[in-house]
Amino acid sequence: MIHSLFLVSTAGHIFLEKHWKSVISRSVCDYLFEAQGKASAPENVPPVIATPHHYLISVYRDRIFFVAVIQTEVPPLFVIEFLHRVAETFQDYFGECSEASIKDNVVIVYELLEEMLDNGFPLATEANILKEMIKPPTILRSVVNTITGGSSNVGGTLPTGQLSNIPWRRTGVKYTNNEAYFDVVEEIDAILDKSGTVVFAEIQGVIDACVKLSGMPDLTLSFVNPRLLDDVSFHPCVRFKRWEAERVLSFIPPDGNFRLMSYHVNAQNLVAIPVYVKQNVSFFETGSSGRLDITVGPKQTMGKTIEDVVITVHMPKVVLNANLTTNQGTSTYDPVTKVLVWDIGKLNQQKVPNLKGSLSLQSGAPRPDENPTLNIDLRIQQLAISGLKVNRLNMFGEKYKPFKGVKYVTKAGKFQVRT
Amino acid sequence: MTDSKYFTTNKKGEIFELKAELNNEKKEKRKEAVKKVIAAMTVGKDVSSLFPDVVNCMQTDNLELKKLVYLYLMNYAKSQPDMAIMAVNSFVKDCEDPNPLIRALAVRTMGCIRVDKITEYLCEPLRKCLKDEDPYVRKTAAVCVAKLHDINAQMVEDQGFLDSLRDLIADSNPMVVANAVAALSEISESHPNSNLLDLNPQNINKLLTALNECTEWGQIFILDCLSNYNPKDEREAQSICERVTPRLSHANSAVVLSAVKVLMKFLELLPKDSDYYGTLLKKLSPPLVTLLSGEPEVQYVALRNINLIVQKRPEILKQEIKVFFVKYNDPIYVKLEKLDIMIRLASQANIAQVLAELKEYATEVDVDFVRKAVRAIGRCAIKVEQSAERCVSTLLDLIQTKVNYVVQEAIVVIRDIFRKYPNKYESIIATLCENLDSLDEPDARAAMIWIVGEYAERIDNADELLESFLEGFHDESTQVQLTLLTAIVKLFLKKPSETQELVQQVLSLATQDSDNPDLRDRGYIYWRLLSTDPVTAKEVVLSEKPLISEETDLIEPTLLDELICHIGSLASVYHKPPNAFVEGSHGIHQHSADQFAIMKQYFSVLQVWLPATKAKGLEIAGTFSRRQGHMYMDMTFINKALQHMTDFAIQFNKNSFGVIPTTPLPIHTPLMPNQSIDISLPLSTIGPVMKMDPLNNLQVAVKNIIDVFYFSCLIPLNIFFVEDGKMERQVFLVTWKDIPNENELQYQIKECHLNADTVSGKLQNNNIFTIAKRNVEGQDMLYQSLKLTNGIWILAELRIQPGNPNYTGKKKTNATAFSYKLMVHIF
Repeated sequence: MIHSLFLVSTAGHIFLEKHWKSVISRSVCDYLFEAQGKASAPENVPPVIATPHHYLISVYRDRIFFVAVIQTEVPPLFVIEFLHRVAETFQDYFGECSEASIKDNVVIVYELLEEMLDNGFPLATEANILKEMIKPPTILRSVVNTITGGSSNVGGTLPTGQLSNIPWRRTGVKYTNNEAYFDVVEEIDAILDKSGTVVFAEIQGVIDACVKLSGMPDLTLSFVNPRLLDDVSFHPCVRFKRWEAERVLSFIPPDGNFRLMSYHVNAQNLVAIPVYVKQNVSFFETGSSGRLDITVGPKQTMGKTIEDVVITVHMPKVVLNANLTTNQGTSTYDPVTKVLVWDIGKLNQQKVPNLKGSLSLQSGAPRPDENPTLNIDLRIQQLAISGLKVNRLNMFGEKYKPFKGVKYVTKAGKFQVRT
Repeated sequence: MTDSKYFTTNKKGEIFELKAELNNEKKEKRKEAVKKVIAAMTVGKDVSSLFPDVVNCMQTDNLELKKLVYLYLMNYAKSQPDMAIMAVNSFVKDCEDPNPLIRALAVRTMGCIRVDKITEYLCEPLRKCLKDEDPYVRKTAAVCVAKLHDINAQMVEDQGFLDSLRDLIADSNPMVVANAVAALSEISESHPNSNLLDLNPQNINKLLTALNECTEWGQIFILDCLSNYNPKDEREAQSICERVTPRLSHANSAVVLSAVKVLMKFLELLPKDSDYYGTLLKKLSPPLVTLLSGEPEVQYVALRNINLIVQKRPEILKQEIKVFFVKYNDPIYVKLEKLDIMIRLASQANIAQVLAELKEYATEVDVDFVRKAVRAIGRCAIKVEQSAERCVSTLLDLIQTKVNYVVQEAIVVIRDIFRKYPNKYESIIATLCENLDSLDEPDARAAMIWIVGEYAERIDNADELLESFLEGFHDESTQVQLTLLTAIVKLFLKKPSETQELVQQVLSLATQDSDNPDLRDRGYIYWRLLSTDPVTAKEVVLSEKPLISEETDLIEPTLLDELICHIGSLASVYHKPPNAFVEGSHGIHQHSADQFAIMKQYFSVLQVWLPATKAKGLEIAGTFSRRQGHMYMDMTFINKALQHMTDFAIQFNKNSFGVIPTTPLPIHTPLMPNQSIDISLPLSTIGPVMKMDPLNNLQVAVKNIIDVFYFSCLIPLNIFFVEDGKMERQVFLVTWKDIPNENELQYQIKECHLNADTVSGKLQNNNIFTIAKRNVEGQDMLYQSLKLTNGIWILAELRIQPGNPNYTGKKKTNATAFSYKLMVHIF
């Protein structure tokens, strides 16, 4: 199982280590540094690295390498999932997952890691349970701590949830306002080729819930069109048999925020692409210059407005500067990172946003071999692009009447246009 | 107030200050001090000298302080074993606490204190906690057994903790079951008896019930454990699959992949034509696709496994090729894996799309990726014949881009296309020749030279081209030199009149001016061939070569089967057999692969002793085995004649061990043509003895209605090792000293990557017993004994150096020369 954990900053500074079995020297991280030296960017460091006596399994999140050291055969995905869970827990506890926030809360971090893993076996990884045992830092409590010289972060109670058949929910939950909100968030992953034809498209959807209900509510959520979904993954609270038989989500929810389900809708079901993009990026053989011309317009939006449209282009290294004009939004080119950002904002039917102008190249350098790819960000409120619709939400097991709400939003995921 | 202040106390005398604070009268001060100590510890500062002061803070009602002190103890107890004993009493007391949280915390911490002296105090509290009324305590205790095993394996066994763990598999709480399974799986990694979890239908049922209710991590342990089970029939396999399938919809990708492993393995057992088989195959595809929408690290592991799955069962993902299309901001390790899978899934149906993608990739930034994309185009051409033409034109387009590394890579793959489809695309040679000057990599140069040599008769200026390479002959790599030599010889045989001078030049360069033995040898071979008989030379050198095969990078089928059994493991990421790399990774995994082989009816252990051609149609294959203290000769009789056979009988010649059959051949019915019968013949060693050469030779006569046939076979010596071959320790010592040195033999066992415990486990399975083990200067010394059926004892000393795969063995015996040979045979 997981032997040790090192947290390493991108600069190669090991700022936290934790060992669950015997102590492994931090010099084992040299193999990670070696791999990092070979990789062009930290994201490209391979997640599994073999060393003579150990294996390093790492994830790169928020500019931190979470490096687990293992010595025996352990499923790598198990380790990777766990490491992501650690990062999420830090995020949840400290509001951000960064070197500074981890150092600021080092004692809590240590206590958390101790609770999350025992002898390399995961112990408590559910946020609900952890928060019962180790209270997250709050401004109020830190003020109290300063005045009184420190009260306890650690709860003295038994995490009762761990023993029940619903380990994800803590007991004795009480709210004055009982509410249950669901966000249906869909991301379009797509690749369009030069001519705008769809090479590949799919929708990754999630339903995130914020449930603040007293007692032990038993919820049922049904869809108008559940057959749309190609593959689903559920939070452990969802009763799979009911889904199989009736296509409804039946569950006792965890308390607070959680991801109820994620799903994807395949290209086979014809994913609607909300925008069209016409572009022409070319570099001239002579004269060290190039041209750029991009036009974006709304396509299938089912009557909704497309907002927050941003187009990002990673230019080849030889592009020194860009002299561009646009009829909507702003465009900036960063000559250091070679990233062109065109922030358009809302798309409306009347005016079609366009960005054009010339690119100046390093003089004497050969024409770049690669074509830059356009990355598109956008957001459509009140629409799930797959057409998924929640039918109704029912609650059993409790007497009160909760507030209920469903919100839909569509975003661009990895939405790319090749040039 | 943040904890970062703990990092800033860098003034001198820090330890001294902390010490004072730890002994402060005020509780709050002490707690602050412990926090500072912990902070210093996390960043790797040595605060071990504060041990007694921190331990003093342990007796407290404050749970947080207790936890912090425990944290400290776990870290430093090892370096202060004597002081650590001071903490024992507190632990024992905490194990009796009315609060189960405290009991669990204590048992958890105790196990993390890796001090040998303490472990013996642990046993009693642990035993109680394993039977605690509270499941939270029981599940924590289960993990503690694994911890203890890591520190002192022998004690865990002696105290019967392994049995307690096995009992916990039947526990009513799913979390306890999951932890017991996890603990047992971890122990079996380093335990000689890899079959710690005795899987039978009853506890499989228990596991399946727990599977639905335990945590996601528990599900992974249980699924991995299930994958080691061999269902007794199709129905059982199907019912397990049905109960595992819902796990494919779990949000945790590791659960999904473990479920895929179980299903992929059990698919083998289901009848291919059943409806269920088809349904299951269909169900496997969507979750695999979903894994690819996870974080890049998850994608990577998923892709490595999918690579195995598409080799084993391409039908699962053949419709899904688009999900493997590369996005420009994928990490490079994801890109390369996706590319590999795209080629494996390429078929006539999707080749157009695949080629369009590959062409796109060839203009990316990353050089490694671009090269692989170009190579992929070549592989597509070779794999999908209908696409070859399109691939070639795509490659030509790429060559026109004049991007140096693209051109070189393209030429290398075009050579392979020529080798697959000779005389089909030679029209493009002219274009290739235009790029001759830009080739600076040996691979590309060699490829170009090969093409020129092979098609010399169609290239007008072939001699000039090759001559240009010849100028810097000695600066070329060996690969280029060899290819150039062959190419010029080919050219000469095709156009002898104009190129005589050239060939002479290259032959002399290769033979006289080169040190390279390969080059010289090949040079001389050609030279002699050409000077003796040019006609034959032509026949030899220019003869038709077999076409290259479709896919060259497939994983060998037996390894693939083994890896399919290990989906989700490190082995599957590295595509290497599981026993090949991680230390101590054997046991249960090895075991499962063996079982898989048996499941697939690879009964290949039988050796053919008597071939049908020598025995008028009777074929006998067999092997020897030792089961429950008895020896057996297991044989398969096959009638390959046209008539039936009856009246079988068997007899042995006198042999070294006095082996004789104890019953007549149990073949009572006539053996019909093309029928076979499996029999097991019990043996004993009470027959007449005669020394044979080799010692374990056995001559056998088999009679049937047709004739009498003779054959001989070798009996593996280990079947003569008896079960009571464990010598008393004292006796061993005395005997070892008494045996004169002449009776001693030393040898090395090479390339055996096992540690002492596994070796001794493996040997014990063969009735070679470890009497004692000690560690001398980092080497493990094993002292072993075995006893033969004829009462001869053999003693052995085995020296194992960790990290060195070669073992030194020393054997002593108290018998005569006869025994020497025995020892040679044992290993």
